[in-house]
Amino acid sequence: MIRFTLNDKAAEVEAESDTPLLWVLRDILQLTGTKFGCGMAQCGACTVHLDGQAIRSCVMPISAIEGKSVKTIEGLKPDSNHPVQQAWIEHNVPQCGYCQSGQIMSAVALLEQNPDPDDEAIDNFMQGNICRCGTYPRIKAAIKTAAKSLNTTSNNKFNYELATNVGENV
Amino acid sequence: MKTPTDLKNVSRRDFLKYTGVASTGLVLGMAVPTQTVWAATESKSNELNLFVSIEQDSTVNIVCHRSEMGQGIRTGIPQIVAEELCADWSKVNVVQGLANAAYGSQNTDGSRSIRNFYTAMRQMGASARTMLESAGAKFWKVSVDKVYAENGFVVNKTTNQKLSFGYLAELASKIPAPNLDKLTFKKPENFNIIGKPVPIVDLPKMVNGTTEFGQDVLVEGMVYASIERSPVIGAKVKSVYKDDALKVKGVIDIVVMPEQSFPVVFKPLNGVAVIATNTWAALKGRKALKVEWDLGENKKHDSEQYLAELSNSIVTKGKVVRKVGDAYQALEQAKHKISGTYTVPYLVHAPMEPPAATAVVNDDGCEIWACTQAPQGAQQTVAGVLGLKPEQVKVNITLLGGGFGRKSKHDFSAEAAILAKHTAKPVKVIWSREDDIKSGYYHSISVQHYEAGLTDSKSVSAWIQRTAFPSIIWTFNDQVNEPSDMELGLGFGDMPFTIDNLLCEKHQAPAHLRIGWLRSVCNIQHGFALGSFVDEVAIKSGKSTQQMWLELLGEDKKLDVKTQGFDYKNYDMPIEDYPIDIARLKNVLNLVVEKANVNQATLENEAWGISVHRSFLSYVAVATKVSVIDGQVKVLEMVNVIDAGRIINPDRVKSQMEGAMIFGLSIALMGQIDVKNGTVVQSNYHDYPILRMHQSPEIQSFIVESDELAAGVGEPGVPPVAASLCNAIFKASGKRIRDLPINKHFRV
Ligand code: FES
Ligand code: FES
Repeated sequence: MIRFTLNDKAAEVEAESDTPLLWVLRDILQLTGTKFGCGMAQCGACTVHLDGQAIRSCVMPISAIEGKSVKTIEGLKPDSNHPVQQAWIEHNVPQCGYCQSGQIMSAVALLEQNPDPDDEAIDNFMQGNICRCGTYPRIKAAIKTAAKSLNTTSNNKFNYELATNVGENV
Repeated sequence: MKTPTDLKNVSRRDFLKYTGVASTGLVLGMAVPTQTVWAATESKSNELNLFVSIEQDSTVNIVCHRSEMGQGIRTGIPQIVAEELCADWSKVNVVQGLANAAYGSQNTDGSRSIRNFYTAMRQMGASARTMLESAGAKFWKVSVDKVYAENGFVVNKTTNQKLSFGYLAELASKIPAPNLDKLTFKKPENFNIIGKPVPIVDLPKMVNGTTEFGQDVLVEGMVYASIERSPVIGAKVKSVYKDDALKVKGVIDIVVMPEQSFPVVFKPLNGVAVIATNTWAALKGRKALKVEWDLGENKKHDSEQYLAELSNSIVTKGKVVRKVGDAYQALEQAKHKISGTYTVPYLVHAPMEPPAATAVVNDDGCEIWACTQAPQGAQQTVAGVLGLKPEQVKVNITLLGGGFGRKSKHDFSAEAAILAKHTAKPVKVIWSREDDIKSGYYHSISVQHYEAGLTDSKSVSAWIQRTAFPSIIWTFNDQVNEPSDMELGLGFGDMPFTIDNLLCEKHQAPAHLRIGWLRSVCNIQHGFALGSFVDEVAIKSGKSTQQMWLELLGEDKKLDVKTQGFDYKNYDMPIEDYPIDIARLKNVLNLVVEKANVNQATLENEAWGISVHRSFLSYVAVATKVSVIDGQVKVLEMVNVIDAGRIINPDRVKSQMEGAMIFGLSIALMGQIDVKNGTVVQSNYHDYPILRMHQSPEIQSFIVESDELAAGVGEPGVPPVAASLCNAIFKASGKRIRDLPINKHFRV
């Protein structure tokens, strides 16, 4: 039996000790928001927070989680009210959506560490998260929007016109 | 957690009766029952037609019968219906249609959803709106011309009273569907949903992790399967050593998959499945499994050697595809000559979500949940492997974590069905990334050879182009060993130039892997070769690339390649409706030069490159700016212009164009699948890299405003990318790259 904190609640699971946290979350706890993309820490689809740090759950054996605190996309803000989620909505970021749980969890961790990242800092932190659909330009823009809204108290109102002002009709 | 449908006791509501087909193959309203198919909902709302039902609280359920894989179709299709319905968009609820022949084709590929269903979806909306208006007129006891629908209400023109769609829905559902020719449609200038950047309907769930993809499906009592598949196409299982695998905690069973023969079609590959109580146990069990293979003929296939062979044959005469004048003679007489051979390796889709399918089988039928691009095909394939009738197979379509063509193949659905039958339990088949990279349906390895002759005054007098690649058709008919007209119609036989002496030829190229279609298909290699060669000819002629294109395209016209001997399929659309319109091609080219300011001076080691391509009936031009410093290529900026006719959702068009730029960059910079001893060498993202954020440029996308018929969006952005990039690299560094990927020559 392994005990840990999951999305701010006590959790315990019975699993082989080498089972990656990813499969414990997805198969046993049925939290499928955390995605499987590569299984070898190459794509970031499985990103969750472990004691506040972004980690790849596909290579993190459950035995290493004992007593620690895990946060998944489901535990971020179920009402999608986190400034990062709001920025994602504002920029209409996702295409297929599959990588986005991991992208958002990485972005949240980045902004907790560096509240005002420049392009290089964003590139460096986010390059572990692949998006096969190619939403990088919007992810980058959304991270900047989220940084702004986290750094001010102003209410970020949803505006999709704003989100699509790159390029125009000709 | 899902409970499978009780297939024996399905209620009448679960089925839909239909007959007859309209021009699009779908049915307006319900006609005389002749066949049973699965219905999309079991809801008790009032159905107005196959696509529209309305709840008492005015929720408007609109069916999307196409698969969502990131292109935004679950928003686009309902936008069209809601527009003509005069619905309140905030009340729209999108229902994913099940596999159902009544919808017409659900095969979501070929960038065709909008062009094939624009008219039909307007009819669905207009028909339902007419029924609601009739219901309002009936309620007020006035004639129907005294009412109109607006934003979710029917309004009485005389009294200005309003009744909500919800209030009228039941009454409306009893009114017979109007005849198609009685329908009236909105004028485009009055559109307020079509043409608007409506946010995608799945957005709120995509940001909190509650969407469901094929990999996410959970069914009560299910087990998990991972399959060791034949390393070589056609290889057969000789022996299996199961003991170690069975010792892995959680492993329940080892199943040898039924042996398949050529052609490969969508049949599961030969292999051995490990079934377990969770994914990790299945993966571990698979590692402990030992399978001995009878590898067969394809074990001799070596992609490097194969490409060298094709490159040798491509410089010789081939089989004529299209011909004007006498290109060989003209070339001989030409003052200046130029030639280039261009190669593209095998590529694989690598969608972010590897394929996955879950199946339940019992005596009465089968239920499937799959991230499929083509639910009706999945239904037929599964019915085939289980010996059932298609209507005994219920196919639920999840969201797709990317498709790009991979998920319109049904091998993974068939695997789930076979294993569910075998185990008598719900089974989820999980493909790992390694499975996805090693057991795909590959984009063909290819060689293109171009030769041009120039006159004294540097105008082009002769043009010869050849192509060779293993055909997709081989996947379905293993006797085929040369490119088909369908594939040659993807940027080769339909190339848009008017030259007095023009010759297009093809060469044979036998297949040794499963060949499939990947986002923009053969336009990838043909767009790369043509766009690169035009740039080379431009340089030889001392002209700008733009000038060269304009010269080769000639005057504005609708080009007819059929008169030049090529049987052009035009993406299955009539050439009268969707001509090869040279003026539109020139327009996007000129626009991209202007928007990117391509002719402005750049810093040293920096340069712009451009290319343009018509595919999927759309016109796209791309400008790419790079820097090349100390052997390192950096893509700095990309500008693209698309003319895709009428646009439903400009924001999704832009996002598709952004995605296409990045998809094209992944291919051009790093995309390479090698085959040694018949086996794919690469296995995961470390050796089949996908573009990452630090490699991703700034992208600007422009849409040509147009009332022309809607054309493709998902794919046509990809073909011009590689050429625009290689042209930029040449200008920045002096190095011409003719063999993709670029990372063979530069760090990227
Ligand atoms: S699944 Fe963990 S990094 Fe890809
Ligand atoms: S949105 Fe599809 S992989 Fe990122």
